[in-house]
Amino acid sequence: MDDKILIATRVARELHDGALVNLGIGLPTLVAKYLPAGVEVFFQSENGLIGMAPVPEAGMEDEYLTDAGGGHIGAIPGSCSFDSCLSFGLIRGGHLDVTVLGGLQVDEAGHLANWMVPGKMVPGMGGAMDLVTGAKRVIVAMTHKAKTGSKIVERCTMPLTALRRVDLVVTELAVIEPTADGLMLKEVAPGVTPAQVAAATAAKLLIPKSVPEMTLAT
Amino acid sequence: MTGLMISLADAVAMIPDGARIMIGGFLGVGTPHRLIGELVRQRRRGLTIIANDTARPHFGIGRLIDEKLIKKLIVTHIGTNPETQRQMIAGDIEVELCPQGTLAERIRAAGYGLGGVLTPTGVGTLASEGKRALEIDGRTFLLEPPLKADFALIGAHRADYCGNLAYFLTARNFNPIMAMAADMVIVEPHEIVPVGVIGPDEVVTPHILVDYLIEREHHHG
Repeated sequence: MDDKILIATRVARELHDGALVNLGIGLPTLVAKYLPAGVEVFFQSENGLIGMAPVPEAGMEDEYLTDAGGGHIGAIPGSCSFDSCLSFGLIRGGHLDVTVLGGLQVDEAGHLANWMVPGKMVPGMGGAMDLVTGAKRVIVAMTHKAKTGSKIVERCTMPLTALRRVDLVVTELAVIEPTADGLMLKEVAPGVTPAQVAAATAAKLLIPKSVPEMTLAT
Repeated sequence: MTGLMISLADAVAMIPDGARIMIGGFLGVGTPHRLIGELVRQRRRGLTIIANDTARPHFGIGRLIDEKLIKKLIVTHIGTNPETQRQMIAGDIEVELCPQGTLAERIRAAGYGLGGVLTPTGVGTLASEGKRALEIDGRTFLLEPPLKADFALIGAHRADYCGNLAYFLTARNFNPIMAMAADMVIVEPHEIVPVGVIGPDEVVTPHILVDYLIEREHHHG
């Protein structure tokens, strides 16, 4: 299975029926395609919509119905649109059940850095700081390693997105839960050993005696 | 209720060099594109632009970037426009990055007559630099100042003859809050309809906030 599809499939299993969910641009957007059967969630797009859906058919795109990356979307029956204040009120005010975001680094404190690489890339934080601060549950969906090394580190060297401890990190190798005691290895990907995860991680991992394999069937 | 209509050229003629302008839209969706084109045509320079983003090169606010008409940007994201990043790194544009929810609330605070807002967003990050932190019920918040402008350039779906405005889907975004927060509000609507077509419950921006409506382009002779 492709790494990104594996990550998206595993993250999708975290979403419960009826939840309000915000997916970041890039890898997290894939999660919508891999929802388990029977689970219906509402996707929020922070530019002002609840009820985001794929465009039903080529040619039905509307230039005023777009996601937070500017891409064309559709909308489910019951969708609603609103301004940026209300959209971020939903995010900050504790009304958003889950946000799934990409990451550059996650550290032992569960801190996430995902909005700039000093000296190289300064895209800006967009909605990321509000999402990580305000969502009830924050899931980081990212590859375990970057070209420069592990993305799971002792302490983030890139600027933080928030001080809030993220709730779950899903990579192509593992599911890791940041806790008050540190990073707990919860699951490994099929065919991957805890030792292999530890070797690919530049932070201390708490490894229980038995670590189950990820369930990916939908 | 007269004197609302203005030509594109006359509207932009009111905007001086160095003006502080809010521009609605999100990656160009809900952006008043004709007003931006006219700012380019009339070469307004040294502008301070408050907006969500700078779209992409040759599109939306990206056109003002292309032409180097902006001195300062207050935005949430410039990742979609490499030219903005290039000008920022070269020191040609000053860029203040602001979390998106915070930008929205700072604009709202100005429009609603508040002295600022307290938000938990940005605490402990670079976004807190130079900001006052306050503790309330054991939680830390940043005091974010209100954000006002000389002009708001608004993209609306419909305006009626009074200037009441309605928006369409994700083209709403920052437009309604910006229409509250500037000294002069200039609206570029897609349609201008008789009073009553937009019912009282469907009006999002009340007409008293609108100073001018831009004349439509005519496609039927």
